[in-house]
Amino acid sequence: MSVSTEVRNRTAGGVGDSPVRPDGMFKVTGQFAYSSDLYMDGMLWGTTLRSPHPRARIRSIDIGAALKLAGVSAVLTHDDVPGERVYGLEIADQPVLAYGEVRYQGEPVAIVAADHPETARRAAALIVVDYEVVEPVTDPREAVGHPYWKPVHDQPGQRTAMSRDKAPVHPEGNIVRHQPVRFGAPDTATADVVVRGDYEVGMQDQAFLGPESGLAVPDDDGGVDLYVATQWLHVDRRQLAGALALPEEKIRLTLAGVGGAFGAREDLSMQVHACMLALRTGRPVKMVYSREESFFGHVHRHPALMRYEHGADRDGRLIYVRAHILLDGGAYTSSTPAVVGNAATLGVGPYVIPNVAVDAWGVYTNNPPCGAMRGFGAVQAAFAYESQMDRLAAAVGVSPLEIRIRNAMSEGSVLPTGQVIDSPAPVAELMRRLEAMPLPPPLSEDLRGMPGGVSNTTHGEGVRRGVGYAIGIKNVGFSEGFDDFSTARVRIELVGDEPSVLVHTAAVEVGQGLVTVQAQIARSELGVERVTVAAADTQVGSGGSTSASRQTYVTGGAVRAACESVRVALFERAAERYGPGDYRLVGGTVESTVDGMVGDIASLLLEGPVERTVEWRHRPTQPVDEATGRGDAHVQWAFCAHRAVVDVDVELGLIRVVELAAVQDVGRAMNPDAVLGQIHGGSAQGLGLAVMEEVQLIDGKLRNPSFTDYLIPTIMDMPPMRVEVLELADPHAPYGLRGVGEPPTISSTPAIVAAVRAASGVDLRRVPIRPEHLVLPAARPGSDSGIAPGTPAHSTQRP
Amino acid sequence: MTIRLTMRVNGEPCAADDVWEGESLLYVLRERLGLPGSKNACEQGECGSCTVLMGGEVVCACLVGAGQAEGADIVTVEGLGDGEQLATIQQTFVDSGAVQCGFCTPGLLITAFDLLARDPDPTDATIREALAGNLCRCTGYEKILDAVRLAATRQSSSR
Ligand code: FES
Ligand code: FES
Repeated sequence: MSVSTEVRNRTAGGVGDSPVRPDGMFKVTGQFAYSSDLYMDGMLWGTTLRSPHPRARIRSIDIGAALKLAGVSAVLTHDDVPGERVYGLEIADQPVLAYGEVRYQGEPVAIVAADHPETARRAAALIVVDYEVVEPVTDPREAVGHPYWKPVHDQPGQRTAMSRDKAPVHPEGNIVRHQPVRFGAPDTATADVVVRGDYEVGMQDQAFLGPESGLAVPDDDGGVDLYVATQWLHVDRRQLAGALALPEEKIRLTLAGVGGAFGAREDLSMQVHACMLALRTGRPVKMVYSREESFFGHVHRHPALMRYEHGADRDGRLIYVRAHILLDGGAYTSSTPAVVGNAATLGVGPYVIPNVAVDAWGVYTNNPPCGAMRGFGAVQAAFAYESQMDRLAAAVGVSPLEIRIRNAMSEGSVLPTGQVIDSPAPVAELMRRLEAMPLPPPLSEDLRGMPGGVSNTTHGEGVRRGVGYAIGIKNVGFSEGFDDFSTARVRIELVGDEPSVLVHTAAVEVGQGLVTVQAQIARSELGVERVTVAAADTQVGSGGSTSASRQTYVTGGAVRAACESVRVALFERAAERYGPGDYRLVGGTVESTVDGMVGDIASLLLEGPVERTVEWRHRPTQPVDEATGRGDAHVQWAFCAHRAVVDVDVELGLIRVVELAAVQDVGRAMNPDAVLGQIHGGSAQGLGLAVMEEVQLIDGKLRNPSFTDYLIPTIMDMPPMRVEVLELADPHAPYGLRGVGEPPTISSTPAIVAAVRAASGVDLRRVPIRPEHLVLPAARPGSDSGIAPGTPAHSTQRP
Repeated sequence: MTIRLTMRVNGEPCAADDVWEGESLLYVLRERLGLPGSKNACEQGECGSCTVLMGGEVVCACLVGAGQAEGADIVTVEGLGDGEQLATIQQTFVDSGAVQCGFCTPGLLITAFDLLARDPDPTDATIREALAGNLCRCTGYEKILDAVRLAATRQSSSR
């Protein structure tokens, strides 16, 4: 690989640089076309009628009055779904439009197309749905205790093409997946120091800014073109083909501008609906969710109830961990099976523990469906295990840093699944680097820097400072035997007289900078500065999902592999022209290792372009055993650690995060600026979960579906950050890189909570922290009882 | 009932016919005048993605009724540069890596542009206060602060 290293060093804008992002100019001038900006002459507006009830039987739907409204072109219900009536990622169980029963508040029941969005909304309001309301299942503990009591579904969902062949995915009653992990002898292990705790994580929303939206355009061939913001074009297309009863080649998807994703675009939202309306009316149909509808229109982060017990010797060295993790998956499966897999296999954190018993469950309820969100199962567990590590530190009398360093895993450590960590795992080093960072100055005199800020609630009285630490572990890429690949097409040709490269993949840019890094890789590999990245669409093979921190790794790997293949073809041309030899491409020229420069790349392209398409996979992973969790489930791990400094007004329960410091190992910083952007943004989402963000439910109904009531951090809430980036290469990954996007979201939450505990002295067990948890002992959730799942019933037979 | 609306947008006189009186200024800009640069992340005054200048004041276009904008002078993100060159704040957003998905960017640019017009050398606390009404979900705001600081520096050195 000395060739590409040398080229890399000589080609500007290549790997390791931070070139300006190619879409930046369009985004700052307002010209970048997001999915909600699309327009076509003659287009109609689509809207969705949703269930007001968390659970109800549908007796009848009367669309007569809606159809009669002037300006309305179509009103469709489940009767109009051309193909499969249910869809889903791994398990198809979610109705395109409800039939028979609605299982969560906000479930789509009917869709309308009209000439103005307001006309469409009025028509939807004229549809009469006769519901027979049924008491919803809203407590996930009921599902674990009695999986067949009050079943949310009367039959199991169907496996899909995405189902992992051997992964334990067997919907049974209300249990979507139960995954045990057993390591050592957890049942008999005893310890001198034992800490137990119950923990709870509220439901978080991805809250991307660009609403679900897109434009569906019917084609003369009976097919449809869809311009949409999503995370995985090909998996959308597969689900669309089923629902529309069309062959995949008649459904062409093109990525429209994506206003953030964070997991919320992994499941379908308006895709099938817009296509149904377009195919029915023969006209282009645009759908744009409002913010309120967006809260109903995508999955959320699974809320979790967790019970942990840690046993250690008197020095704080861990002897065993026993844990129950209960994840509320809501009404439909979505990605619950994989979230359970992560929570189970990563559930004890980045520590060496000889005896482990973890049980993770994902269950159905009539709460809103939960699925992918940045951190994906690792976030919930990390809040519990990091809280436990702090309690253990207190119990043995060492610092939070020291307890983590004493138990830190490192390269060669074995996970409770039996998998060996076969790349750097600098857990202790991350903690030591945090320790070495200077602390911020004491309490700000500026009101705007105090808890309560400009609300002028304190001038410093009652304010206490605290410092907290946390670290997390995250798998990168799709795990548990999933065939995880990406496809890249790379073409080199003369444009004018200059060699120019076109990179084409279906991998989705959501803002993270994938378009930039694809071009950087092509520059480094082919020694050509002029690189264009084509719009992502289904004209090229699947790029896999923009999730699991995987795109730079997997699509980056595919782009590199396609470039290597192009290079081989160019070397063949060089051999014909200059005779056999050892060639390389450097800064636009062809060099022979013997004779030095022999020509330029442009001259090799006179006989025509070279184009190669390559499908690239990371090394395979294994499913885990259903009973023990054993298996080499993950391809790579990523680590980030945080230190949080907070000021807490202990009289009012108000929190100000004063500073967040982060250290992350990224293997190789492919684009250092983008790496920082991911760490900053991920940390902010973790801050949100710690102190403000929660989708609040009462009896299965959302209380706060708006940015007025669902709070995300503003620039006043987000403190300055101090960030250090380590580059310890993973020998198995392209360029040694590690996925970057998710780890910072995982550790910032527990670090902030630890700091608030240190400041206030209050034993906090739940996120997000509310003011009353700090000031009213009676309002405080979770001592060591009451919220965690009990032992599941042994009987899983249908009564 | 519909109305005819006339405004000046980015220096150009323009008109829209058949505007339904319930439409917002944001809808008119985006759907009737072909200026989708101003964004629609909440349409209830909470996110700032729709921020425009109206008569020199920063407003949420989603909260302004179309009729209220009759005769008004509006500046949107499309009008920040001079057509050839980006405004300083646009360039520094690109240079500083303050743009990820970019959905918040148009509103932030208008707000920051207005801030720097009023206060060419703002402190960090002042920048934070001025931008407090503009949500960004991607960046954690660090590089947005960098971009505003850099624009202040560049503007003062070019004066
Ligand atoms: S769209 Fe106007 S404030 Fe959010
Ligand atoms: S860059 Fe995505 S919301 Fe700000």
